Amino acid sequence: MINSLLQWFTDPTNWAGADGIPHRLLQHLWYSLLAVVVAMVIALPLGLWIGHSGRGRWLVSTANSLRAVPTLGLLFAVSLWVGPIFRGDLAFLVPAVFVLLLLAVPPLLAGTYAGVEAVDPAARDAARGVGMTGWQVLRQVELPCALPLVMSGVRTAVLQVVATTTIAALIGLGGLGRYLIDGIALSDYARAAGGALLVGLLAILLEGLLALLQRRLVSPGLTGGNRAVGGRGKDSGNAPVEATDSSAGDATGSHDPRVRA
Amino acid sequence: MDWLSSHWRTVLDLAVSHLYLAGLPLVLGLVISLPFAWAAKRWRGSYAAVVTSTGLLYTIPSLALFVIMPLVLGTKILDPVNVLVAMTIYTVALLTRTVADGLLSVPDHVEQAATAMGYGALRRLFGVELPLAVPVIAAGLRVAAVSNVSIVSIASVIGVSQLGNLLVDGYRRIIWGELWTGIIACLLLALALDALILVVSRLLTPWQRTAGGRA
Repeated sequence: MINSLLQWFTDPTNWAGADGIPHRLLQHLWYSLLAVVVAMVIALPLGLWIGHSGRGRWLVSTANSLRAVPTLGLLFAVSLWVGPIFRGDLAFLVPAVFVLLLLAVPPLLAGTYAGVEAVDPAARDAARGVGMTGWQVLRQVELPCALPLVMSGVRTAVLQVVATTTIAALIGLGGLGRYLIDGIALSDYARAAGGALLVGLLAILLEGLLALLQRRLVSPGLTGGNRAVGGRGKDSGNAPVEATDSSAGDATGSHDPRVRA
Repeated sequence: MDWLSSHWRTVLDLAVSHLYLAGLPLVLGLVISLPFAWAAKRWRGSYAAVVTSTGLLYTIPSLALFVIMPLVLGTKILDPVNVLVAMTIYTVALLTRTVADGLLSVPDHVEQAATAMGYGALRRLFGVELPLAVPVIAAGLRVAAVSNVSIVSIASVIGVSQLGNLLVDGYRRIIWGELWTGIIACLLLALALDALILVVSRLLTPWQRTAGGRA
């Protein structure tokens, strides 16, 4: 088994052309990026507004309850329903990206809303007290303070989308999932396992990169263990928040307890 | 509805397999995450390492983990054991952090009181710390339960039968009744497991109920 897997990885035909590893990897990243960016454009302002104004909280709980819907079922239902409207490649692309978007919005919305909601009221009052406008409070105080939870939402969303892009190969989307689905269909185990290893590595790599990004973005003032939320009960020492914060992964339909609003 | 009335026996059988494939790993995962969580609490410096490394397992997409399992375990690709082990890994990944946080949330003075009463480390863990951590652990278990039910349906792709079969077959043959039955059955199963854990956690923590009732 290991030998055939090595053979698959070293076979030059697997590294060239439309079904080659570089092309499939780029496809996978492109679909994932497309979905996450569109979902962020929708969810981040909405979450900030809900957290800032305290209105529309039902949107967060509605989005959260969506998570119990099986991803596979959602993918199939949307594909059968939306697919026939489009022609050619779009018939596969549009329903798949739509589902990815649908799955990325709840963690982003919940993380952003919970982050803003959890900002220390004293910090908010102080900002108002020095004469900041509502917009300034949001941009200069609430957003930076909410960043750890926002980023945890982003990480959950990214992993969810990368995982779901894999199974979206079932409804005809490209990407690394093709190796898994085609490999299983053709009983070509080396191809399926090779694809699986690539997808697993990609997910772990992205998670690491996002954790690093979070470490750079979050203000050092927040990482001293002095957070308004986070259920660690007792003092957890000086461990930076982001260093202990990597269970945000959400493989296929579950969610991270910490971003639950 | 027509589809369901003529196929309800199949649906029931598939639901039982689904419950088994999603439920058993919950129990196994809880048991396995205990020593990890205990270690994270006992040696506080190891908290970050334990929680990060177990949590990282959760980032592996489920279909990939299902396919890699035979390589690791030496099993056949169609063997349901692959799915059971993969789901247990996901449960451990989610629960280690929650159980550790639950154990850490037990107030210091309570632990000291137990020690002063002559409780050894093991008896204190099972008699005092774990019972007090039940609400936090239950919250994590509910997340894991809903997650597991959704993930297990993907196992149909590698040929392990459960409710996901209805999704795949309903899609391939374009039978809306079958597809909807699959989606709703998965939803109901997730909600039922969620409610079950909630009820058990309430039964295990009678003190919380009285406190809540009076507040």
